Amino acid sequence: MSALSAFLLRRRGGAGWHWTDVLAYVWLGIGLVLMFGPVLWLVVSSFKTPANLAEFPPTFRPLDAQVARVQGYDQPLPLFRVRLDDGSEKVLAQVRRVGIMAQMVDPQNPGTVIRVPIDRRVPVREIKLATENYAEPLQQFDFLRYFQNSVFVTVMATLITLVVNSMAAFALSKYEFKGRTAVLGIILATLMVPLSVIVVPLYLVVNSLNLFDTLWGVILPTVATPTGVFLLRQYMLTIPDELIDAARMDKASEWQIYWRIVLPLAAPALAVLAIFSVMWRWNDFLWPLIVLSRKEHYTLQVGLNAFSGELNVQWHYVLAMTVLSIVPVALIFLFLQRYITAGIANTGLK
Amino acid sequence: MSTNTEARGGQVPSLSSLVALPFRFLMGVLNAPMSFVQRRFGIGGMGAVFLAPNMLIFSIFVLIPVAINLAYSLTGGTAIFFEGRYFVGLDQYRTLLTCDDYTTPSTCLQDAFWQSVHNTALFVVLQVTVLVLVSLGTALVLNREMRARGFWRGVFFFPVLLSPVVVGLIWKWILQRDGLLNAILLEFGFERTLWLAERNWAMFWAIFVSVWAHLGFYALILLAGLQAIPRDLYEAAMMDGTGRMRTFWRITLPLLWPNLLVVVILALIKAVQIFDEAFVLTGGGPGTSTMFITQYIYETGFAHVLRNLGLASAASILMGAVLVALTALQLLASNRRARKEAA
Amino acid sequence: MSHLVLRQVAKEFGSVRVLHGIDLEVTDGEFVVFVGPSGCGKSTLLRTIAGLERASSGEIRLDDRLVNDVSAADRGLAMVFQSYALYPHMSVRQNLAFGLENSRMPRDEIDRRVMEAARMLLIEPLLNRKPRQLSGGQRQRVAIGRAIVRRPGIFLLDEPLSNLDAELRVVMRAELAALHKRLNATMIYVTHDQTEAMTLADRIVVLRDGRIEQVGTPLDLYNNPANRFVAGFIGSPRMNFIEAEAVPVADGIGVQVNGKQQRLPHRGLAPGSKIVIGVRPHSATVTSLDDGMIPLELTLVEQLGAETILHGRTDRGDIFTVSAPGQGRYAIGERIGVVLPSEALHVFDAEGMALPRG
Repeated sequence: MSALSAFLLRRRGGAGWHWTDVLAYVWLGIGLVLMFGPVLWLVVSSFKTPANLAEFPPTFRPLDAQVARVQGYDQPLPLFRVRLDDGSEKVLAQVRRVGIMAQMVDPQNPGTVIRVPIDRRVPVREIKLATENYAEPLQQFDFLRYFQNSVFVTVMATLITLVVNSMAAFALSKYEFKGRTAVLGIILATLMVPLSVIVVPLYLVVNSLNLFDTLWGVILPTVATPTGVFLLRQYMLTIPDELIDAARMDKASEWQIYWRIVLPLAAPALAVLAIFSVMWRWNDFLWPLIVLSRKEHYTLQVGLNAFSGELNVQWHYVLAMTVLSIVPVALIFLFLQRYITAGIANTGLK
Repeated sequence: MSTNTEARGGQVPSLSSLVALPFRFLMGVLNAPMSFVQRRFGIGGMGAVFLAPNMLIFSIFVLIPVAINLAYSLTGGTAIFFEGRYFVGLDQYRTLLTCDDYTTPSTCLQDAFWQSVHNTALFVVLQVTVLVLVSLGTALVLNREMRARGFWRGVFFFPVLLSPVVVGLIWKWILQRDGLLNAILLEFGFERTLWLAERNWAMFWAIFVSVWAHLGFYALILLAGLQAIPRDLYEAAMMDGTGRMRTFWRITLPLLWPNLLVVVILALIKAVQIFDEAFVLTGGGPGTSTMFITQYIYETGFAHVLRNLGLASAASILMGAVLVALTALQLLASNRRARKEAA
Repeated sequence: MSHLVLRQVAKEFGSVRVLHGIDLEVTDGEFVVFVGPSGCGKSTLLRTIAGLERASSGEIRLDDRLVNDVSAADRGLAMVFQSYALYPHMSVRQNLAFGLENSRMPRDEIDRRVMEAARMLLIEPLLNRKPRQLSGGQRQRVAIGRAIVRRPGIFLLDEPLSNLDAELRVVMRAELAALHKRLNATMIYVTHDQTEAMTLADRIVVLRDGRIEQVGTPLDLYNNPANRFVAGFIGSPRMNFIEAEAVPVADGIGVQVNGKQQRLPHRGLAPGSKIVIGVRPHSATVTSLDDGMIPLELTLVEQLGAETILHGRTDRGDIFTVSAPGQGRYAIGERIGVVLPSEALHVFDAEGMALPRG
């Protein structure tokens, strides 16, 4: 035991414990609970039945009352573990409850009704994942449509962002032409103009282009992001000009140089931009909230917000759909964490 | 940083090949028309051709809106388009800025606006302070030598990727009357609290939740800064017998200062625009106690039955002015950093 | 194989003129080397021929066709770049094939040419590797191979050996010379290294400040430099220069150095004019202090084995280098004498132009 604790507490270079070491581990511990806890709680809750959700204090595991079909009764009856007068325990089905007494029957012997005080019985429950929380909103409500809309917006916006921004970045990094400095200046100046500052005139523009309440009205306004152009240009500047000269000597057209030489070489930067673009579009909220008015056009985020804002919040559906909306993001995070974190560390963009 | 060089080596096989497929098709299709364009404009003219699509979209959806926002804020009326609106001069600004006492929002003509300005100011000051301190602490902890560093970095970072709506819903679920937090507190003998229905608690949770959601991002920037500090400096300090606290104050903090400045300004810019998480979490309530400027713009211009786009436009310009000032500050700081690095 | 003619080619970047009216003719199968110090415009001239830069004025003719307005892709030339410029994301095979694919050549013809070039350059085993998996010398071969498969009219080589270490450079130099013979191709080669120019070239073009200083065979330039710049640039170690004044001597006109007179057999010498005498370190001979024309105080002795290079200072403070055969014993600070044989002397007038021998 002491060998184990010595191993666990062993410090590099044999130095003793400093109070900052303790603080660091406390920080990590609290961080683990505070950061993971809420999401874990969300996922667990999303598998609970409405009845289970309404309990207070809440159970940790998603539990559901067991029922049994008993001869002579149309409805399935809930099962309870009952302590009988003789001290023995038995599993009985409850027929009805009258005041503090419950009328119960033995499922094996449904003929006799037994009267039991309600504080003598405990419901028989088992872990049950309420997958209907996931299935029902997709079938009965528009969530499948929201999903499709979000996927459409995310994929189209990301594709256009990548193509249009990389073309502009190529022009701004590898060509000399009049007005290049001016364009670069404008791009730098608008790097930080957030959408919330121009929502009103943008609303006007989108309306006059007949894009109001369409998914293209969500997609187009933010695809020509200065951030993307800037990021890609900085990367393309590191591609040697000699490569482009070599391609020109190799009879490549400018368009071929762009997509067969420059794009593959800028793949790391494109990947970073693609990841960010997917996150931005998937999580976008304010602008879709303004542009989309009919329910069938909602994206997932707007749909979730609307659903959770209803008078009688159906939490079991909201929680399940929230979990579902995290899945793509979680997948990206699991597989591409390294690129995301490296991208943020290098570019400082989010 | 090793991840940096690896990412630059062009080794993103699965992802690049995935993205490459539709790309290849598209690019191949465009080959012939683009060759025609090149014959027409010559190699030198292709720069403008490549720039054109971006500039077109950018002009329509960013430059024109920026340009007409100012004009829009000088008009009144209920119509969306300019034809149905009339010139009111600075009336919208006058409406927004008329106040008997700027410290008391209820004495203002647009009390909701001033309430949101007050709330935003309070939020910005508290949130940025807490956020930067917590991010710094996290970065320092993550910079230590330990096992499974990638995992721990992920623990603090993953909320950054969650959508604001999801973040809001997660915490709304925990903070509700019969939620997890109240259950835990009852277990320890505390009283049940309606967290989102009390003014001060609602503001507290708005700040808490936004720090929770964004600290990973800023911690990551600071972590990159910490890792850029040469190890020999610490080894030299160790040889000199410098204590840990002294090392932190005299070596780490001064060398991290440029990154810290960037983080502070970025956090400021983001905090001024706070909307989504708070909107989903509290809806601006109770009353208007957690309504922030962006929400005011949204409510005034779009959500309210009597939408007032002119007023919203004027409010957005006022917020824009603040952001421009902060951005200028950021450019100044990063310029100074660049010059320092060059020196 | 192509025939290249440049007529008054000039190039300006903004208001800076980097090429001043270049006239040059390169004939079929010739190996021409552009040499000059950095910033002399040699690379710009090459890139202008390639079509990567547009000439500001003048004519560029390839096989009698005016190509000023023809793009680089359509001039039928191939270039080897200083950095090799291999496409990092393509395998060696794809690098070689890329240019051929762009000219829509049938697949089997592409494969045939790639294999042929790979065999010639001994890079067959490397065909499926990426450039970053190759050594410097291998990358160099691939870069040359990429030019070979195109069967260009002219090979343009922009300092292709400058990224290799000294030993490899000598090997590749020999291979390039052999390749030139084998392909019987026209090659234009840019370098700042005069040794490379001397060993490779059929003809050398010496450039300075955007102007051609002299064109000629290597030995021509070595023996008869047209001016002081070429004299100083070609040959290693560098030629020594001594400022002097032409004076009448016993049987004609000569110079007086250190009280000793020497007749100069050059034409156009006027008594009293300022001249510069040039002598190559290998032409001067070492003798005792009293017999020498110029006394030298040694500052550096380089023992190379077969010869000894002596660096010293004249009494006037000029730096002077002389080569002594074999392995002599010299000490730093020692004073020696140097004899200047009149048949090996170059004479330049005040403008630096060489005076012809009489």
